[in-house]
Amino acid sequence: MISSRERRLGLVHPQASDITPRAVFEQRRALMQRMAAGGAGAVLASWAARDARAQVAATVAPGQLPALKSVRSSLAGALASDTATPHKLVTTYNNYYEFGTEKADPARRAHTLKTEPWTVSIEGEVRKPMKLDLDALLKLAPMEERIYRMRCVEGWSMVIPWIGWSMADLIRKVEPTGNAKFVEFTTLADPAQMPGLRSRVLDWPYVEGLRLDEAMNPLTMMAFGLYGEVLPKQNGAPLRLVVPWKYGFKSGKSIVRIRFTEKQPATSWNVAAAREYGFYSNVNPKVDHPRWSQATERRIGDDGLLQRRRPTLMFNGYEAQVGQLYAGMDLAKFY
Amino acid sequence: MPAWTSPSSTEPRRPRRPLLLHPLAQPLLVLLGLLPLAELIWRIAADALGANPAEALIRQTGDWTLRMLCLTLAVTPLREALGLPALARFRRTLGLFVYFYALLHLSAYAWLDMGLDPAAVVTDILKRPFILVGFLALLLLTPLAATSFNAAIRRLGAVRWKRLHRAVYAVAGLALLHFFWMRAGKQDFAEVAVYAAVIALLLGWRLRGMLARRRSA
Repeated sequence: MISSRERRLGLVHPQASDITPRAVFEQRRALMQRMAAGGAGAVLASWAARDARAQVAATVAPGQLPALKSVRSSLAGALASDTATPHKLVTTYNNYYEFGTEKADPARRAHTLKTEPWTVSIEGEVRKPMKLDLDALLKLAPMEERIYRMRCVEGWSMVIPWIGWSMADLIRKVEPTGNAKFVEFTTLADPAQMPGLRSRVLDWPYVEGLRLDEAMNPLTMMAFGLYGEVLPKQNGAPLRLVVPWKYGFKSGKSIVRIRFTEKQPATSWNVAAAREYGFYSNVNPKVDHPRWSQATERRIGDDGLLQRRRPTLMFNGYEAQVGQLYAGMDLAKFY
Repeated sequence: MPAWTSPSSTEPRRPRRPLLLHPLAQPLLVLLGLLPLAELIWRIAADALGANPAEALIRQTGDWTLRMLCLTLAVTPLREALGLPALARFRRTLGLFVYFYALLHLSAYAWLDMGLDPAAVVTDILKRPFILVGFLALLLLTPLAATSFNAAIRRLGAVRWKRLHRAVYAVAGLALLHFFWMRAGKQDFAEVAVYAAVIALLLGWRLRGMLARRRSA
């Protein structure tokens, strides 16, 4: 077990402890165990402790992955003042259907993912198509830490300190042609590494897409790490997209191909259920999912069991930064 | 009609498994039925419900409603297949557990998702077909739960009581539809398929019996 002091030393930015409520989390766990000991006797307490240890062993604890250096972002809107969701919850409550449809599946099963060697091919309507390996990608632009809210289409949300750079840095490098209107992101689909591909839930590989101007918005991020370390596999190692004003599923994990296109890409969830998952999928409290309201959300970890759900913000709270992208559009039609 | 199909005749003529008739059998079943609730309470106290405890509670109570429903529907086929008329005594207890977990499921949703705001609950039920279907299943279950004591059977008469309690098949259909519709968003039907298969098997068994009786009549 790495002490919190050692962990802090591994991080470059001194404010990391402000956004890492790990101490809070550990305190809570100690309280839990005391409660169990007092309320149900020593037998139950040791049972609970064993259970907790077993759970931790199967997942990535902070300090187990290589540190990833970064500087705090100075971009407007890039540092949400919300309390960050505890590391344990960010890394154990995941939708990554290539490893199973239950939230706990990715943390349990993603260890089979091979993240090295890794290349991303950049194709389509660009003057400089290229294949970049992970090393080149890591060095493409200075790494920034950004604390983004993440809103899942299922009605829950998190706050995650990501590390990466603006997608715009890569786009400028490959020089899109005048025909490029959209960017399509394809993620890895290797049945040998991903047991969830056996399911017919979606047509694999997982494909997502953005309009070029959305991809160029500085908030759109290629992320390589979280909480000061490289991405855990269940969170989309070695690199993933993060589009903080859109529902989480727009941000593809473990990306292998980026293609610039003239036509709007056919995206996985839109193909699977167009009425429920639009191409845009902007966080919008006024446009409900057909089977549930999007007006409120449950913040994972931060809000207690009996806490009321919190109101969902337009564009997930990033309206000032991205609202102009959708000026004049009927957002109930282009959902 | 053989004597064992009458709900009031819970005493078999020739018990083959005296254990089922033990005076403690019924209380033991009640304790067993409460175990899932005890486990949930334990997990709330130990903060062991995962990252989204509210969602876990709502789903677990829904799962247990379906499981209790499957168990209840399994009583009659098991009773006849195994020749254990004494099992009939446990059907009503299990049926009441279906209602109990369904009420917990509704309460968890109303409390944790809707903040115990009655207006929000009503709006949500009317607006969302999959919730409406689940709510209808619970409504339909209410008269069944309310008539699950011997005096109610006497007052209604066995035939009418039995007819009323056939509504459980509609409840099973609605509950399955509710679950299917909930999962449809993610197109993840593996679990739905398991419950649907179990319920279809149990209902199919009855249908076969009905057809056989009609043919022999």
